[in-house]
Amino acid sequence: MTRADVAAAILWTGATLYALFGGADFGAGLWDLIAGDARKGERPRALIQRSLTPVWEANHVWLIFILVVLWTAFPEAFGAVMSTLYVPIALAAVGIVLRGAGFAFRKSIESLEGQRAMGAAFALSSVLTPFFMGTVVGAIAAGNVPASGDGDAFSSWLAPLPLLTGALFVASGAYLAAVYLVSDARRAASPDLEDYFARRALAAALVAGGFAVAGIFALHSDARYVFDRLTAEGLPLVIVSALCGLGVLGLLLRGARRGLRPLAAGAVVAVIWGWGVAQFPYLLPTTLKITQSAAPDPTLDAVLIVFVVAALVVLPALGLLYWLSQRELLEE
Amino acid sequence: MLPLDAFPLAASESNLLAARELMAFTLAFHIVLSCLGVALPAIILSANWLGLKRGDEDAMRLARRWSKAMAVTFAVGAVTGTVLSFEFGLLWPRFMERFGDAFGIAFAIEGLFFFTEAIFLAIYIYGWKRLGGWAHFWSGVPMVITGIGGAFSVVTANAWMNQPQGFTLDAAGKVVETEPFEVLFNPAWSYEVPHMILAAYMVAGFLVASIYAVGMLRGRRDRLHRLGLLIPLTIACIVTPIQLFVGDTAAREVADHQPAKFAGFECIEETGTHQTEYLGGICTDDGVKGAIGIPDLDSFLVGFSADTEVTGLDDIPADERPPANTLLHLSFDAMVGIGTALLALAAWLAFAWWRRRDIPHTPWFLRAVAVSGAGAIVALWCGWIVTEVGRQPWIVQGYLRTSEAVTEAEGIWFAFAGVLVLYAGLGTGAILVLRSMSRRWREQEESAGEGEVPYGPRAELPGAAP
Ligand code: HDD
Ligand code: HEM
Ligand code: HEM
Repeated sequence: MTRADVAAAILWTGATLYALFGGADFGAGLWDLIAGDARKGERPRALIQRSLTPVWEANHVWLIFILVVLWTAFPEAFGAVMSTLYVPIALAAVGIVLRGAGFAFRKSIESLEGQRAMGAAFALSSVLTPFFMGTVVGAIAAGNVPASGDGDAFSSWLAPLPLLTGALFVASGAYLAAVYLVSDARRAASPDLEDYFARRALAAALVAGGFAVAGIFALHSDARYVFDRLTAEGLPLVIVSALCGLGVLGLLLRGARRGLRPLAAGAVVAVIWGWGVAQFPYLLPTTLKITQSAAPDPTLDAVLIVFVVAALVVLPALGLLYWLSQRELLEE
Repeated sequence: MLPLDAFPLAASESNLLAARELMAFTLAFHIVLSCLGVALPAIILSANWLGLKRGDEDAMRLARRWSKAMAVTFAVGAVTGTVLSFEFGLLWPRFMERFGDAFGIAFAIEGLFFFTEAIFLAIYIYGWKRLGGWAHFWSGVPMVITGIGGAFSVVTANAWMNQPQGFTLDAAGKVVETEPFEVLFNPAWSYEVPHMILAAYMVAGFLVASIYAVGMLRGRRDRLHRLGLLIPLTIACIVTPIQLFVGDTAAREVADHQPAKFAGFECIEETGTHQTEYLGGICTDDGVKGAIGIPDLDSFLVGFSADTEVTGLDDIPADERPPANTLLHLSFDAMVGIGTALLALAAWLAFAWWRRRDIPHTPWFLRAVAVSGAGAIVALWCGWIVTEVGRQPWIVQGYLRTSEAVTEAEGIWFAFAGVLVLYAGLGTGAILVLRSMSRRWREQEESAGEGEVPYGPRAELPGAAP
């Protein structure tokens, strides 16, 4: 493994953690969006708010981490992606602003209309942001980002595979969020909410599975390189993901709660790493290899050191935050 | 795609202008919030410490309120900062492509600090009710350190743009070798980083104090308001003299290493000794108009002797001169002028405290404090204008021109318009939320106590079965 491969693995680790934590945050926003009118939606919304409040900002930093590692370790790929996919990326950024602001302001605004507007900004952007991020990933996988950058601003992502990937991102976030919220509802001793989110987890799992299968067909026609490797080198991960997904379905149908979260997370992690394996050794299939785009070795070493320090400092701190939050020691 | 030709401003020649304006606007917005992120933790913890140590209920209440307000400003800071990260790529893809491997290193470290800050911020803000007093206090201390560390890494990245080093280019101008240590500790970090961190403490301190000064001017002169004024004001006043010293050093360093920038903001047309220091005025090709000139002072400030030679714009190639000298000059003067005025305010407070252990008894003092927060913010913006506009036409001094770095994407003016609307909403929202918080606190005070019981039971979900 070269240094560049290690840096790419760090990038993928960041993406995995962002998907698991940030992705679930977005998903919770989707459930908020469709929770119904003020009366019907009050309790699920309160649970969502309470679960997200202490952690959403920390979860969001994984995105910064991905951006920073990408532009430091793989500057050419960063430039190429940014100068091609600027439309969906800018839209995702708008979503991030609306979402953060909506979430932070909503609870402090007194008038009902104000609260509604903020809630709507939060919920709507929770759907748009992962969707546009998904189109970016899909466009990269489809090979629509030329290594030299300045690819077509629209046709690069307004294509079946990117759009499907966007939908898949939204659905998987919703799926993860629902599964996490089942546990949170349990801890809050609200069996009705537990069932409420279990039903939604089931629905989201089916939808996400559907998008994943459709995505494989789209890969077959639009991203042959990735498809071929996904069905060869990446096959074990695809199988793991499918098994985890089926496991979640089984547990939900039996009404079981134990093991839901690790299985749901496993399904998502396996897909992300399957994608990584399928792209290898390209960062931008099939024009820019990881090694071609990599920064000089001392920079990659610096990124590696930062990552190790992050693992030693940030992960325990993050663990403490989640632990306190799960023990219900953090409250507004 | 879009019918851009119909909009003369949106044609691609003006992309550069649009991208700069957009970058500058979003940075100016973010920097105010990041000052709060850097310096509020220390201010809040000072109040918290007083509260715990002396059992001071008012101090405790202030700490709790400020931390609630910080939850809001931090969230806005986080989203606007994220926008900046996107903008590096969206607006300056050629810059990141060519120098991301050097410039980026500092940001990789920044990520680490922000992460830790975000985590402990959450623990501190949401730990008021159920963490024990001192444990809760200590959970806030990492924020002070990470705030400073985060400021170091971001500002050292900017310092590197001013005095780049620590990389080797091949014939095609591609970075082939880097020395991360040299990048991080480039010569400009040693004055830019402390200057910025001190500025953050000034902005946060004077800003919080000015809110309480307004309250006192409106007749709310209880102990809570006095403490709320004094704690942040003391911190800001201690920092101010150090800031002026650091700024003075910065000016000399800039004169040595970025003579074009220095000549730009001092309006020096011709190289020579015995340079006059101009206060105010308009820079023109044949000298400064309408300024107060102090003979020899400029040379003296640069080299402690009137015989010091200072480079003028005539020695700088025409295509390497910074634009808009008058803007630079007035920005610099405004920063220095405001800094001096704030120093006078600090001296006033120190004198009154020394004589009577009290703040000065005149409403003029409160009025001065009431505008000091805005003043500090203006000084901060002016300093950044000096740094950034003064570096033009370079994005990386001596290596890459801003015009070579800019994106070719269409429609930046539209993006700018959109961002203006979005940020106007963001700013208004933040202010409305903060005001409604303060109104609620006041109402609670007038009714029964604070209404927030530490160590209370956890709130139930609405309508939950018991
Ligand atoms: C509260 C804010 C504040 C105050 C009172 C001052 N400054 Fe400042 N100044 C800044 C806030 C600032 C800043 C944070 O905005 C800058 C922009 C970049 C930097 O490193 O600090 C800055 C930049 C900056 C620069 C340009 C540095 C560069 O381009 O690398 C110079 C020469 C000075 N300052 C000098 C001064 C002097 C001589 C001051 C007073 C006597 C002074 N500053 C007060
Ligand atoms: C530490 C962090 C900062 C970094 C890394 C940074 C970086 C940049 C970059 C890359 C540009 C565009 C290229 C250029 O015009 O040279 C720019 C422009 C600019 N920035 Fe900064 N900046 C920082 C802080 C700030 C702050 C806090 C302000 C403002 C208040 C500011 C004001 C400006 C202005 C006015 C321009 C436009 C200059 C011009 O085109 O004339 N910068 N900055
Ligand atoms: C070009 C320049 C800049 C970029 C790209 C940038 C980027 C960011 C990002 C991505 C965040 C969000 C981190 C999170 O989610 O917690 C952030 C927040 C923050 N930034 Fe900036 N930043 C820039 C300039 C500055 C400057 C000049 C300072 C200051 C001294 C600064 C200090 C902070 C701090 C302290 C935070 C924490 C959030 C807060 O308190 O508001 N940033 N910045």
